[in-house]
Amino acid sequence: MAPVATPFFFYLFAAIMLIGGIAVITRRNPVHSALALIVALLAQASLYLMLYAPFVAGVQIILYAGGIMVLFLFVIMLVSIERSMKERQFNSQWVMGIVAATALGGLFIAVYTKGKDIFPDRALPLSALEAPNTQSIATLLYGQYMFAFEIASLLLLVAIIGAVVMAKKRI
Amino acid sequence: MHEIIEYISSYLRTEGLTPGAAGNMFWALVYIMLVFGGLSVAVIAMNWLERKILAHMQVRLGPMRVGPHGLLQPIADAIKLLLKEDIMPAEADGFVFWIAPLIVVLAAFTVFVVVPFGPTHAVTDMNIGILFMLGVSSLSVLGIVMAGWASNSHYPLIGALRSSAQMVSYEVAMGLAVVSAILMTSLHGLGLYGVGGAGSGDTGTLSMIGIVQAQQEQGVWFLFKFFPLGLVAFFIFAVAMVAETNRAPFDLAEAESELTAGFHTEYSGFRWSLFFLAEYSAMIAVSSIAVTLWLGGWLRPFPNLLSGTPWDQIFSFVPGVTFLFFAAICFYNTVRMPKHPLFRVQTIGLAGFGVVLGLIGLVLFVPAVSVRAQDIFWFSAKVAGFMYLYIWYRGTFPRYRFDQLMQMGWKVLLPMGLGVLILTASAGLLLQPQIWHR
Repeated sequence: MAPVATPFFFYLFAAIMLIGGIAVITRRNPVHSALALIVALLAQASLYLMLYAPFVAGVQIILYAGGIMVLFLFVIMLVSIERSMKERQFNSQWVMGIVAATALGGLFIAVYTKGKDIFPDRALPLSALEAPNTQSIATLLYGQYMFAFEIASLLLLVAIIGAVVMAKKRI
Repeated sequence: MHEIIEYISSYLRTEGLTPGAAGNMFWALVYIMLVFGGLSVAVIAMNWLERKILAHMQVRLGPMRVGPHGLLQPIADAIKLLLKEDIMPAEADGFVFWIAPLIVVLAAFTVFVVVPFGPTHAVTDMNIGILFMLGVSSLSVLGIVMAGWASNSHYPLIGALRSSAQMVSYEVAMGLAVVSAILMTSLHGLGLYGVGGAGSGDTGTLSMIGIVQAQQEQGVWFLFKFFPLGLVAFFIFAVAMVAETNRAPFDLAEAESELTAGFHTEYSGFRWSLFFLAEYSAMIAVSSIAVTLWLGGWLRPFPNLLSGTPWDQIFSFVPGVTFLFFAAICFYNTVRMPKHPLFRVQTIGLAGFGVVLGLIGLVLFVPAVSVRAQDIFWFSAKVAGFMYLYIWYRGTFPRYRFDQLMQMGWKVLLPMGLGVLILTASAGLLLQPQIWHR
């Protein structure tokens, strides 16, 4: 089967993602910002698909686009749109912003130019990429990285209990 | 020219592959169109059946005027909806209002890309099939929220909030039930409590076709595997799927007595019909998940127990006989039609419908057709059973209150789902033969 991961699709999805990301910060209406964020997240899921990681793409859609963004919209819908439209959209810390953007941009350029030396140069064969990728993720998560995985889930549990304790006056 | 024919026929020669897996775009396109057309017909049929069955449950006649026994009523309704004025509220958010029904319809139809109507009858087979179905169908809640918010009116907003809260909370229980069924695909071994065996040590699968093939290999529908664990998981899914599709008794999002029509109150004409289409195709989609995971998908009843030539022959007649039975009902009612000249057109129409059904039945007796079509028949028959259940629920159950709904989701179904998942995993571990012979 011919690979679908052609440069055309990479540039297409990257462009959609960038446009979505820019729309998130430029829209005045918070609901429109949230919808633009969903577009960016879906484009990111397609980029995962192009990296032959269908499981990560599926989880990205379920968790981010389907779960977290619904909660985002849920909260935003309860905010008064008229008042939030009048609020100032950008704060005035543009010096810090420029410094941070330059630093990040420099890092990107450094990785792009010196990338060959940093990352090991071994392209996986196509057959290895098309092998069942869910199973290999499971083996890694529950084998090699078991401890890190369990610690992460414990952290989430602590966060849930904390939220319940803070939200409920009487337990 | 020769290359084109070669390309088109390449899928027909690759045995046991879906068009997508065979890498053939032409056949994938054909299947997409077939699924789209079949779904539309199914939604039209459901529209008529729901009114008729609900009416008979309430000892009414239901639609009787347009066509014999109201058979043309859905078509009349469709024409009415298309001709209606398309109203957009003045204060509505135009773009979001416009795109919301499209998102709901897209999400409801896209999931059918991975639904396996037979071992080779699917648009494509994905490694993450079931995950894709759950993920894309969870996107439809975004469309509902957008529709409710963009209408800029009270009832739709409350309806959308209710609907999204309900869908997000029932998705959790649904996911747990699905995981316990997927767990069963990795426990090879024959029979109800069979674990280990030939393929032991192998991993499970998320592919929709792989899940049905696992049930075929193990010789048991996952509904009965680890009895009663599979049954409980199926029950959780069967309740959660009704809540997911916002149908009675969980139809609080469009509770007519309180919210007029819920999130689509401000929609009219064609846009409203898109919501209608999406609701029914989402019902068919979740029913196909249930059929694939627990009821053996396209497999006929008892594929292993009653195998061999005579049984294969007998079961291959079932699709044709079913259609002939429907045709017989049509002819029976043609005879019972009033003998008044005003009813002549209707009588002829009903007889014609019976003839069409009978011809379909006769075509299904041709061996070449029945071999290819009986997978699709069994799959559709099982899904049709779920559709009847949906109508039955609507005819019999009173609507839940919102706090009861949340209590049901979080305090009953979620703990049950967790328990079933843990018990399935422990049963799979404890029944492994090598644990006891160490």
